[in-house]
Amino acid sequence: MLSDRDLALKSLQYRLQTLELIHSAGAGHTGGGLSCLDILNVLYNRILRVSPETFGDAARDRYVQSKGHAVEALYVVLADRGFFPFSDLETVCHYESDYVGHPTRKIPGIEQNTGALGHGLPICVGMALAARMDRTGSRVFTLLGDGEIAEGSNWEAAMAGAHYKLSNLTAIVDCNTLQISGHTSQVMNSEPLDEKFRAFGWGVRVVDGHDLAALTEALSGPAEADKPTAVIARTIKGRGVSFMENVAKWHHGVPSDAELAQARTEIAAAIAALKGGAL
Amino acid sequence: MFSPEAVALAKECGLVMGRANLEEFAATLEALARADRNVLAVTSDSRGSGKLAPYGKALPEQIVEVGIAEQNLVGVAAGLASCGKKVFAVSPACFLTARSLEQIKNDVAYSDNPVTLVGISAGVSYGALGTTHHSLHDFAVLRAINNLVVVAPADNAETAFAVRAAAALGKPVYLRFGKAAVYSLPGDKDLALGRARLVRPGSDLAFIASGETVAHAHLAAEKLARTHGLQARVLSLHSIKPLDSAAVLAAARECRAVITVEEHLVNGGLGEACAALIAQSGARCRLHIAGIPDEPTVSGSQADIFRHYGLTMEGLHAAALKLLA
Ligand SMILES: [Mg+2]
Repeated sequence: MLSDRDLALKSLQYRLQTLELIHSAGAGHTGGGLSCLDILNVLYNRILRVSPETFGDAARDRYVQSKGHAVEALYVVLADRGFFPFSDLETVCHYESDYVGHPTRKIPGIEQNTGALGHGLPICVGMALAARMDRTGSRVFTLLGDGEIAEGSNWEAAMAGAHYKLSNLTAIVDCNTLQISGHTSQVMNSEPLDEKFRAFGWGVRVVDGHDLAALTEALSGPAEADKPTAVIARTIKGRGVSFMENVAKWHHGVPSDAELAQARTEIAAAIAALKGGAL
Repeated sequence: MFSPEAVALAKECGLVMGRANLEEFAATLEALARADRNVLAVTSDSRGSGKLAPYGKALPEQIVEVGIAEQNLVGVAAGLASCGKKVFAVSPACFLTARSLEQIKNDVAYSDNPVTLVGISAGVSYGALGTTHHSLHDFAVLRAINNLVVVAPADNAETAFAVRAAAALGKPVYLRFGKAAVYSLPGDKDLALGRARLVRPGSDLAFIASGETVAHAHLAAEKLARTHGLQARVLSLHSIKPLDSAAVLAAARECRAVITVEEHLVNGGLGEACAALIAQSGARCRLHIAGIPDEPTVSGSQADIFRHYGLTMEGLHAAALKLLA
């Protein structure tokens, strides 16, 4: 397992790679990718029992990215984990490329085609039920956006997850407080999310979604026996790049050459600080 | 469903009344599930209306209830199927193919999860309950989704075949069943997905029908033979998609007229699929699309609605004579 410092370095490296990918593709979901990268980092480097070699195993853990628009962050993490070479990502959003702007099963490591919101949690309820029927021991994870929570299908699935006591199911909500047209609290308030999930019969953990140690702990097992787990991750949209943080236009803003250069400088400084701090 | 005259003619022709296709579906599914623990039924408070109460009693580990939540029904079914389960998601066709259309499109068809979507009490089976409970759009919307086989069996034999074929196919399938008892039809016994079933030979005109309308078309063909000496071909197009283009075009080339018959709006269904095929082939024949017109559907039972829109033996007999006149 990676050390805490190496895990933190991964987060910085993933941020830079995600920005470079969006810059070269000329399209992408920047802010929400940066807000969920620490979650993806912890999932793929600490929690999920998946690898390119074992991806065909029935007993693998499942991750379904319901907020499919943050696909660039997922592509970067999957490439780093060896599911495909980084060079594949040069074709993202290109003519006839399999790497489209939302997850598809054509890409090694991706479980389901997502992108329309409110689909991941119902699918994961089905996966968690199958894992229980077959006693595989698989855990099933989905990542939702806080804007996405307004889709009613999530709450149909939340009811079912509790009804079937799916303790092998975890829903992570990337609560970055913004969505495409502004503040989630103003567009359609979803708070208090923890109370909503508790009322639906879930175990709930509320964590700083950029604290790798806290995320590791929150995702390590069910919050309560015989209940599915909701991890409410408090995050910052555009996290890690000063001029992108908490700015709604970076939902799908594409950095210019100059903006990428500035982001690169900031991230390089953070990497140097992290490396320096460990010396 | 059938007038006294139609019932008498059916008797003369030796047609035997079977059970509802829905009942045949439930019995076939139970047999499949007993033999394979990976076969699952997923229901949205629909095990009673899906005739699955005995199945649920016999195989409680192989039925998943999601409550009245059709979007979740299809999403859960997709998740189960992605883990190797042979899933039959059973819900009234009116809700399954409208409320959860996006789940069908993305979670089943696009993600290529081998779910069999079972639309029960389809068309105007729930006639008198009104338009909320009618599915007259399902062929049209599902034909417009890539990677989905669409099947509307006419009788019990086609139903049993379709259920087994869907379980074996390992691809997304939609099965559409009515809840009225249906006649067992003569003709081909050897069935295949994507291949029309020849119910009755003939070349004066052709009825290309699907689902519960096939029996009415068959009786209309019998009546045409008796009243006018006309030999009408009857094809059961249980597979709406893929469509048996060879059989449709052969009918258009070999017969003077083609009448398509469906328990569906005339917009976007079997008739328009056949019309597009025939027009682009260069074949020339007279064509009539029999179905429910694009208007507020008349109220009444399924039998009333069939009679009102000419989908019965009498209505199809009259339509044939008019088309050939
Ligand atoms: Mg958000």
